Amino acid sequence: GRARPSHSEPPDQDGRGGEEEEEEEGWHQLYPGHIPTSPLQKALLAAGSAVMALYDPYRHDMVAVLGETTGCLALPNLRDKMKNHPEGYHILQERPRIRLSSLDMARLQGLPDGSLGREYVRFLEDNKVSPDTRMPPKFVDDEELAYVIQRYREVHDLMHTLLGMPTNMLGEVVVKWFEAVQTGLPMCVLGAAFGPIRLSTRKLQVLATELVPWAIRSGLNASCVLNVYYEQRWEQPVESLREELGIFPPP
Amino acid sequence: CRCRALLSRPAGRLRARRGLAAGPELHFGFQTVTEEERREKIYQVFESVAKKYDVMNDSMTLGIHRVWKDILMHKMNPSPGTLLLDVAGGTGDIAFRFINYVHSVREQQLQRKLKHHQNLSWQEIFESYQKDKFNSLGDSQVVVCDINREMLKVGKQKAQHLGYSEGLSWVLGNAEELPFDNDKFDVYTIAFGIRNVTRIDLALQEAYRVLKPGGRFLCLEFSHVSNPLLSRLYDLYSFQVIPVLGEVIAGDWKSYQYLVESIRRFPPQEELKAMIEDAGFFKVDYENLNFGIVAIHSGFKL
Repeated sequence: GRARPSHSEPPDQDGRGGEEEEEEEGWHQLYPGHIPTSPLQKALLAAGSAVMALYDPYRHDMVAVLGETTGCLALPNLRDKMKNHPEGYHILQERPRIRLSSLDMARLQGLPDGSLGREYVRFLEDNKVSPDTRMPPKFVDDEELAYVIQRYREVHDLMHTLLGMPTNMLGEVVVKWFEAVQTGLPMCVLGAAFGPIRLSTRKLQVLATELVPWAIRSGLNASCVLNVYYEQRWEQPVESLREELGIFPPP
Repeated sequence: CRCRALLSRPAGRLRARRGLAAGPELHFGFQTVTEEERREKIYQVFESVAKKYDVMNDSMTLGIHRVWKDILMHKMNPSPGTLLLDVAGGTGDIAFRFINYVHSVREQQLQRKLKHHQNLSWQEIFESYQKDKFNSLGDSQVVVCDINREMLKVGKQKAQHLGYSEGLSWVLGNAEELPFDNDKFDVYTIAFGIRNVTRIDLALQEAYRVLKPGGRFLCLEFSHVSNPLLSRLYDLYSFQVIPVLGEVIAGDWKSYQYLVESIRRFPPQEELKAMIEDAGFFKVDYENLNFGIVAIHSGFKL
């Protein structure tokens, strides 16, 4: 559904004393945390967040905002891909969330080495990250699309696991290239293009000659990664999942 | 016409504004909340914005807020020995300007004094210079009072960083119920703070109470733009750009959405003037800055 932008006119001057019906908190909020925005605001947000994300790479919230404000074409596309796939459709219906509270960490750790669950937990521990740090969407004006972008964010760590890439700058850029090809999200494209700016020449070389070509080939070859119900596949070996999806083995 | 509406039922509207007879429902931006909820929400807003308060002020007003505050200080024209209470003074902008102002006035005084001491011995000049040097502010003092701990914290850090220590004190307090005795201060200021007070009438009464007879009340606050074209541009900028700036710079859309809404909800110039008069002040007047985007209200306790 469409939402009303947040430059709503104030109540009539004479009614300012609290005598008239006020707008409720959040105007026409479509989901918790939703902030309706006008097209102008989205444009300003997109520009501002892009600049800020480059200026201060630790502002992950700005990367998130950039993704939300520029994803108006890519997100419906992704959603449709999901709808037309049995597993993806399933995910859209059930709306699973990847959170520490919903994951049975002990069980995953107990899984055999090489399985998705075991490797995912290993990845979280090695890189000292948690799935709970993902920003909830704010500026997406459709609650199903808000879920799609949320799912994309939560699945990002699994991408790292599947691609075997760490969370340093180099690893992130590689994953971004893969995601850019897979999702078409402008934020991924920008991240993939501008991320390498802060890398050393040696790393850039490895990136350009080996990693990026592999990431692109895998991304093009693989079926949509959002169409995988990861929570039901923890026992599946990573290699088998890679094959199933069409991701080539990492160099 | 707003004036006519004001005259027709002033008591009712003003009482509603003060949240008295109209019941416990008040405004928080464009939302309706109870008094207690409003206080809490506003506390949270300033807790969240405290660290980026100054950066945001510069971004939103393109630095013009500094000029507004300078104008306020010039209007006040404090002489050394003035005791100032700056309410909702959080990060210290007014307090620091006050100190700078009296310091420079004091310097001029001392220069003039020295020029007149032409026929004193070197010893006497030296002694008088020493005595005055230790009194660089001429006994002027400013008390910064704010309800929000985070804002005070930022203010204290700024003071330390900029080297302000003399004649400055920081007090945690509520504008509606000031922790000071009657008839204490020469000047009371509240810059961009009264808009956030839940019971403006109480704050004005308190201001009257703590001022000495002859004391001056000064309020610098966002007000209403009557020029229709300018008003539309101002609205456009406020509602479209400012929350975006809040999100990009401070990662906080909602606080800045609240800011622009609270400006629209605040009483316009004439109404505020009437409220100040109601509290007992005389010779109440206001000066518009930038076509009414900001106004300085002034009143005296006689």
